[in-house]
Amino acid sequence: MIPELGNLALMLALCLAGIQATLPIVGTFRNNTRWMALAGSAAAGQCLFVVLAFASLTASFIQNDFSVAYVAANSNTLLPVFFRIAGVWGGHEGSLLLWTLMLALWTLAVTLLSRQLPRATLARILSVMGWISIGFLVFMLFTSNPFERTLPGPADGRDLNPLLQDLGMIVHPPLLYMGYVGFSVAFAFSIAALISGELDATWARWSRPWTLVAWMFLTLGIFCGSFWAYYELGWGGWWFWDAVENASFMPWLLGTALIHSLAVTEKRGSFKSWTVLLAILTFSLSLLGTFLVRSGVLTSVHAFATDPRRGFYILIFLAIVTGGSLALYAWRAPKIGLGGQFSLFSREALLLVNNVLLVVAAGTILLGTLYPLFLDALNLGKISVGPPYFEAVFVPLMIPLLLLTAVGPFLAWKNDSIQAVLGRLRWLALGAAVVAALALLVFKTSVMVAVGVTLALWILFATLSQVVQRLAHAPAGASLLKRISRQPRSYWGMVIAHAGIGIFVVGVTLIKGMESAQDASLHVGQSVTLGDYEFTFSALKKIQGPNYIAARGTFEVRRGADSITTLHPEKRFYTVQKMPMTEAAIDRGFTRDLYVSIGEAAPDGAWLVRVQHKPFVSWIWAGCLAIALGGALAASDRRYRMVARQRAAASPPISSPVHSFV
Amino acid sequence: MAKAPFRSLCAALLGLFCAALLLWTGGVHAGQGAPAAVNPALELRVTQLAQELRCLVCQNQTIADSQAPLAVELKNQVREQLARGQSDQDVIDFMVQRYGDFILYRPPVKASTWLLWFGPFVLLALGLLALLLKLRQKPAAPADSLTAAELTHAAALLAGESPPGESVPAARSIPVITTVSNASTAATASTA
Amino acid sequence: MKRFALPLGIFLILLVFLGIGLRLKPQEIPSPFIGKPAPAFTLTLLHDAQKSFSPKDMLGKVWVLNVWASWCAPCRAELPALMALTKEAAIPIVGLNYTDTRSAGNKWLASFGNPYQLSAFDADGKVGIDYGVYGVPETFVIDKSGFIRMKHAGPVTEDDIKDKFLPLLKELSGG
Repeated sequence: MIPELGNLALMLALCLAGIQATLPIVGTFRNNTRWMALAGSAAAGQCLFVVLAFASLTASFIQNDFSVAYVAANSNTLLPVFFRIAGVWGGHEGSLLLWTLMLALWTLAVTLLSRQLPRATLARILSVMGWISIGFLVFMLFTSNPFERTLPGPADGRDLNPLLQDLGMIVHPPLLYMGYVGFSVAFAFSIAALISGELDATWARWSRPWTLVAWMFLTLGIFCGSFWAYYELGWGGWWFWDAVENASFMPWLLGTALIHSLAVTEKRGSFKSWTVLLAILTFSLSLLGTFLVRSGVLTSVHAFATDPRRGFYILIFLAIVTGGSLALYAWRAPKIGLGGQFSLFSREALLLVNNVLLVVAAGTILLGTLYPLFLDALNLGKISVGPPYFEAVFVPLMIPLLLLTAVGPFLAWKNDSIQAVLGRLRWLALGAAVVAALALLVFKTSVMVAVGVTLALWILFATLSQVVQRLAHAPAGASLLKRISRQPRSYWGMVIAHAGIGIFVVGVTLIKGMESAQDASLHVGQSVTLGDYEFTFSALKKIQGPNYIAARGTFEVRRGADSITTLHPEKRFYTVQKMPMTEAAIDRGFTRDLYVSIGEAAPDGAWLVRVQHKPFVSWIWAGCLAIALGGALAASDRRYRMVARQRAAASPPISSPVHSFV
Repeated sequence: MAKAPFRSLCAALLGLFCAALLLWTGGVHAGQGAPAAVNPALELRVTQLAQELRCLVCQNQTIADSQAPLAVELKNQVREQLARGQSDQDVIDFMVQRYGDFILYRPPVKASTWLLWFGPFVLLALGLLALLLKLRQKPAAPADSLTAAELTHAAALLAGESPPGESVPAARSIPVITTVSNASTAATASTA
Repeated sequence: MKRFALPLGIFLILLVFLGIGLRLKPQEIPSPFIGKPAPAFTLTLLHDAQKSFSPKDMLGKVWVLNVWASWCAPCRAELPALMALTKEAAIPIVGLNYTDTRSAGNKWLASFGNPYQLSAFDADGKVGIDYGVYGVPETFVIDKSGFIRMKHAGPVTEDDIKDKFLPLLKELSGG
C-alpha cells in the first residue's frame, strides 16, 4: 500500500510541477497576477508530495518490504536500520528521488525567502525550476520508478553494497545533491533575467547568497567523498580523477568562478552577460554529471547500473535544458548590457583572470574525462586518461591562480596602481622566495614540494597581512573585537576561504611529495618498520558483525622507545553480497596520519599488511572545511538577511562600515 | 608608514619559521630509518611504474592498487623486467604491445592526442588573450560618468530642490544611489 | 551576436559525441594484434606433459584459439557454441588452459565436453599476457599464415558464430 501511495504522490507532484512550470510564466507575459502567484502554491504542493513519496520509500526500507524491487536490490534484514535509510539513495532510482526531493526543497526555500523579489521575477524563477522538476519526475515515472513491485517478493534482499555501509556514504550524496541542485537556483535566476531582459546589480545581490550556499554544500559534498574514500577504500588514496569525481569537481570550479563573478556584478554592475553564462554552464555541468554517472558512456567505479536507454533520456533532457538555455543566451544576452568600466589593473580585471583560469581548468578536466569517448567515437582507438595526465595538466594551471589568490584582496575596485600593490607585497614576495630556497637547498625537497609550500605560505601570509592592514584602519583606541566586528561577514568569509585554500595546498603538497608506504607479509608477532615507526602485529581475532564476519588485527605502534598507539584494522567479509572489504585503521594527527590496512591472508597464515605514513593529510580536510565555512559566512552576510537589514534601517547607520569590500 | 615594512618583515620571518616547521615535521630530516625490503629502490620504481598502468579487469584502479590476479601478475612482470635491467620505457612498450594504449593512464603524445595534451594551454592562452583585448578596447560610452545636465540635476536633488524643468535621464542599469554617490564624491578609486 | 552563440555551438558538438557515446562499449579493449603475427610460444599439452604445441604447428590452416579455465563459469556456458563452431566450420579449435591446474582442467573437459583438438597448458598465464588476454574466455581467429585476424572477448554465443565467426572463417579459408 505504501509504495503505491508513494507512486501516486510522484504523479501528483508531476501534475503540480506542470502547473508550476507553465501558468506562472504565461502569467508574466499576460500580466495575470493570479497566475503568477500560483507559482508559490504549486511549488509548495509539489514539495509536499515529493516529501510524501520520499517518506514512503524510506518506510518501505525500514519495514523491509522486499516486494518493492528497489528495496530488494539495496537492503537486507541483517542491515542495521540507519543503513537501511541510507539505502534509500544507494541505487539509481532512489538517488533520483533524492535529487527530486532536494530540488523541491530548494524551490520551496526560494518561494519562502524571496519576499522582496518582484512578483514577475519570482514567477519566472519558479517556472524554470518547475521545468527541471518535470524532467526528473518524468524520468523517474517512466524509466526508473523506485516503487516498482516485484511480486512475489524475495524472502530477503540483496543487501546494500558494503562500500556504502558507512556514515560517510550516508552523508555524501545528500550534501553533493544539495550542491548540484542548489546551482539550479542561480540557473533559474539567469534564465529569468534573460527572459525579462532585466539584469542589474540587484539581480546579483539576490542570486549571490543562493549560489554561495549551493557552492558551500558542494564543497562539503566533495570533501565528504574524499574523506570517506581515504578511510574506506583501504589504500589511503583520496582523489583518483575518476570520471564521476571529475563530474563533481567541474561544477565546483565553475561555481567558484561564478561566486567571484557575482561579487563583481553585485558591487560594480559589471560582467553581467558573463555571469549569466557561468550560471547556465555551472548547472549544465551538474546535469552532465548526472548523465555521465547513469548512462554508461564512461567506466567508473561510481557509476550506477548503466543503461543506455536511461542515458538517452537524460541526454534529451540535457539537450533541452542546456541547449535551450544557451540558445536563449545567444538570443537575449546582447540586451543585457555591459555594466561598469574598470582599468586593466583593478580587482575586476584580476577577478576576470580568476574566471578565465577556473573556466580553463574546468574545460581541461572535461576534455580529459571525455577524450577517450571522443577518440572511440571517431574510431581512433581506445585510450585511458588518468591521474598522471590530470596532474600534469591541472597543476600548472593552478599555479597562477594560487599566486593571484593572494594578490586579489589587495587590489582596489575599478582602478589601482601596480606600484602601490607591489609595494605592499614586496616583503611577502621576498619571504616567499626565501621559503622556496630553504625548501630546495636545506631540506632538499623536490621542486613540486618547494613550489607548493611556497605558494601555500604566500597565500596564508598575504591573507594575514591583508587582514592586519584592514583591521588597522579603524578609529584609534578601538578594541580588537570591535575591529573584527566592524568588518562584514562576507569579508571574513573571503579571508577564511582563501586561507582554507592555502591550508589545503599545504596538505596536498606535503602528502604527495613525502608520503611513504611499506608492504609486508606478516605472521602474528612480526613487525614492520616505516621511517621512525615500528608496527608490531601483536594479535588477530575473528569477530562477528551484524552482517559480516571479520578478521581484526591488533597493531602496536612504537617510535623509538615510546608507544604511540594501538591500531585495529579489519578485513571484513560481508556475507550477503559475498564481498570482502578492508577497514583501515588510522591514527590521525595534526602533522601526520599513520595508516594500517590488512589485505589477503596467504595459505601459510601470513597476512599482507600495508603501513603508510601520510604527512599533513589532516590539513587537506581542514582546508576543505575552512573553504566551506568561508562560504557559509559570506552567505550569511548582513545585507542578505532581511531581519538584520530592517533592524539596521531602523537605527542610524553610524556604526556600519563605510565601504564593504566583498 | 614606517610601520608597514616592519610588519611585512615580521610576516616574512614568521613565514620562514612556518616553512621550516612544516618541512621538518613532514619528515624531511636526516636520521630516517631504511624500510626493511629486499630492494627498496627497485620496489619504488615498480610502484611508480605500476601507478601509471591501468588494471584491465577492474578498470578503475592502477595495477599498483588492484588485487586482481592479472594485476598482480602484470606487477610481477614489471618487477622482473626492471630487475633484468630494462628501462621504464621498455616495460611500457611491452605492455602497450600487448594491450594497446588503453593500459596507460598517461596517454602517449601522438597526433591523435595533441588536442588533449596541448589543448588546455592553448585554451588558456586564447582565454587570456581574449580578456586582454576586451579590457584594452575603449568602451563606446562610459556608463557611469554624467553629462553636465545630469550633474546639475543631481546637485539639485541633493540640495532638496526640484529640478529646473529638464527631462530626467533614462533609468540606468546601475542603481541610482551608486551613481549619485560616485558623482558627489568624484572618487575614481575607492580604498578603505 | 555571433560570439554569444559560441557556447551553444560547442555544446551541440558535445551533444553529438555524447549521443554516439551511448552506443559504444567503453569496457571493451580492442586487441592490438589484429593483423599481426600470433605471438610464438611452446607449451606442453594439458593431458600430456611430454608433448608440446606451438602456433607454427598450425601454419597453412585456419584455426581458432580459445582461452579457457576450469574456474571460469562463462567458459562452460560457451561450450555448446564452440562445439557447434568446430563442426559447422570444420575448423580446429585449440584451447589455451589459462592459470589452471592439470587435474582440474582435464576433469572439467571430461565432465562437460571437449571441443578442442588439443589444449595447451599455460600454468602461469605468461602466454596469455603475450596475447593480451585480460579476461576469460577469449577467442582468437588465426589465418593460414599465422596472423591474428579477430579477437572476441567474453563467451561466444550462437549469434556471434553466425554474425562474426562463420563469415570470417569462410573468407579466410578461401571461399
